[in-house]
Amino acid sequence: MSPAIELRGTSKVFRTPSGALHTAVRDLDLTVERGEFVAVVGPTGCGKSTTLTLVSGLEEPTEGDVRVAGEPVDGVGEKIGFVFQRDAVFPWRTVLSNVMAGPRFRGVAKAEAKERAREWLARVGLASFEDRYPHQLSGGQLKRVALATTLVNDPELLLMDEPFSALDVQTRALMSDELLELWSGTGASVVFVTHDLEESIALADKVVVMTAGPATVKEIFEIDLPRPRKVESVRLESRFVEIYREIWSSLGEEVRITRERGASDVA
Amino acid sequence: MSPETATAPAARDKSGSDTSRTRARAQAARNKQLLVYATRVLLLVGLLGLWEWLARTAVIDPFNFSMPSKIWTQISNWALNGTPQGSLWEQIWYTLYEALLGWIIGVFGGVVLGITLGRIRFLSDVLGPYVKVLNALPRIVLAPVFLIWFGLGPASKIASAVVLVFFPVFFNAFQGAREVDRNLVANSRILGASDRQVTLQVVIPSATSWIFTSLHVSFGFALIGAIVGEYIGATKGIGLLVSASQGTFNAAGVYAAMVILAVVALLAEGALAFLEKKLFRWRPVDSGSGT
Repeated sequence: MSPAIELRGTSKVFRTPSGALHTAVRDLDLTVERGEFVAVVGPTGCGKSTTLTLVSGLEEPTEGDVRVAGEPVDGVGEKIGFVFQRDAVFPWRTVLSNVMAGPRFRGVAKAEAKERAREWLARVGLASFEDRYPHQLSGGQLKRVALATTLVNDPELLLMDEPFSALDVQTRALMSDELLELWSGTGASVVFVTHDLEESIALADKVVVMTAGPATVKEIFEIDLPRPRKVESVRLESRFVEIYREIWSSLGEEVRITRERGASDVA
Repeated sequence: MSPETATAPAARDKSGSDTSRTRARAQAARNKQLLVYATRVLLLVGLLGLWEWLARTAVIDPFNFSMPSKIWTQISNWALNGTPQGSLWEQIWYTLYEALLGWIIGVFGGVVLGITLGRIRFLSDVLGPYVKVLNALPRIVLAPVFLIWFGLGPASKIASAVVLVFFPVFFNAFQGAREVDRNLVANSRILGASDRQVTLQVVIPSATSWIFTSLHVSFGFALIGAIVGEYIGATKGIGLLVSASQGTFNAAGVYAAMVILAVVALLAEGALAFLEKKLFRWRPVDSGSGT
């Protein structure tokens, strides 16, 4: 079976408003196997998010090849779910209606869409909130809505762009655990972009370290911590600390480069 | 983050002294509100009284400036005995009908074209300069042209209301369609929305708050269009009352027509605010907007 994602020599160049060219991703090679949970870490602004938009089909690569499940990406695929950094919920729709949006867009009958949406709302613990509007929910609850909205479509490939970065620390740990639990049954492949190394080790099978922008793969680390994991307890294990140290020695350098660049930009 | 929301702690759970303090605060708030209303009424009465007094003592010329009592007599006279052009209600109805129809057509056209141009880059690039030129034109000068084209009947007034209403609504709808949260559009596409679904279920709902701000202003414009059209030449309407009163040097008549117009505009505004409240249930309630 072909891997879930294959990126071969992929580059993405943007034209900035001032007309200059900005290379976000350069010559990127990355393979994600089916059912694998891959975390991508890198310094801020290095082009991690761009990689996700290329895989999702929202953007086209300037150069190279992007394949999802063996097929070259052409537009937004059916089997893809995307959880954004900022909550992309419809503020004018109730929670239930938000979760129903995906199936309804895809032509599922209303009754069935409602049933599936209710099922997922129950799974994320928001069954009694279906009539609320987004502005009446907390940040963690909104994230659950976003998760349910994405997962109700049964994606085979789940792309997540720093989904929990806006949450407070406790909520974040809780959501990470819930994500692992929701994911464990699905067999979906996950690409989880983050700048938080701890989060990435706790969640993933494989951690990909990106270079300072333009992004390309620097090193890949296998995480051999046993599953099921609990985020709060796994980070206290000695093996976790070992892995952390190992990856940080690679990532830290890129972070330093980015920081120095930022300093020279300011100067 | 538990799924249960915390309900506001009820004041009566606390001790008795707290309850009395709560009550005292509520009383103070109510008193403040009352003071505002009372001062408002007093201000109006004072101003009207001053006007009346100045006119009666001939400090200001009562022929030019009239006086509140005369205006009131004029309104009740029109209401009870009818105007020279027919019953007062018929005049109001005519103006309202022209304004409303012009408003509806203008809003519909503005929204449809605004959203279309906002969504289709090619069209907005091609038509952009022309829209700007048309907008720069002081459109009220079109009223006489419409009178020539469409005659003395309601059609010419509706037309001038339409051109006045169209542009603010168009620009707001256009801006609304342009400023849709890109994240939201990206998410909808990931969730499986087609272009049509994005337009109908994402862009239009997002743009409604933009459109609604323009609706408030534009109903005023519709009234202006109808009135000016009537003023220039008509067989019925409040604008005709103004021009007829002016023609007979009846200052009280002009003012009376103005008062009637103000009341009509306020009622329409109220209806619109009511509708907006119904439509925007999803928006957080903003605190302290007391008008």
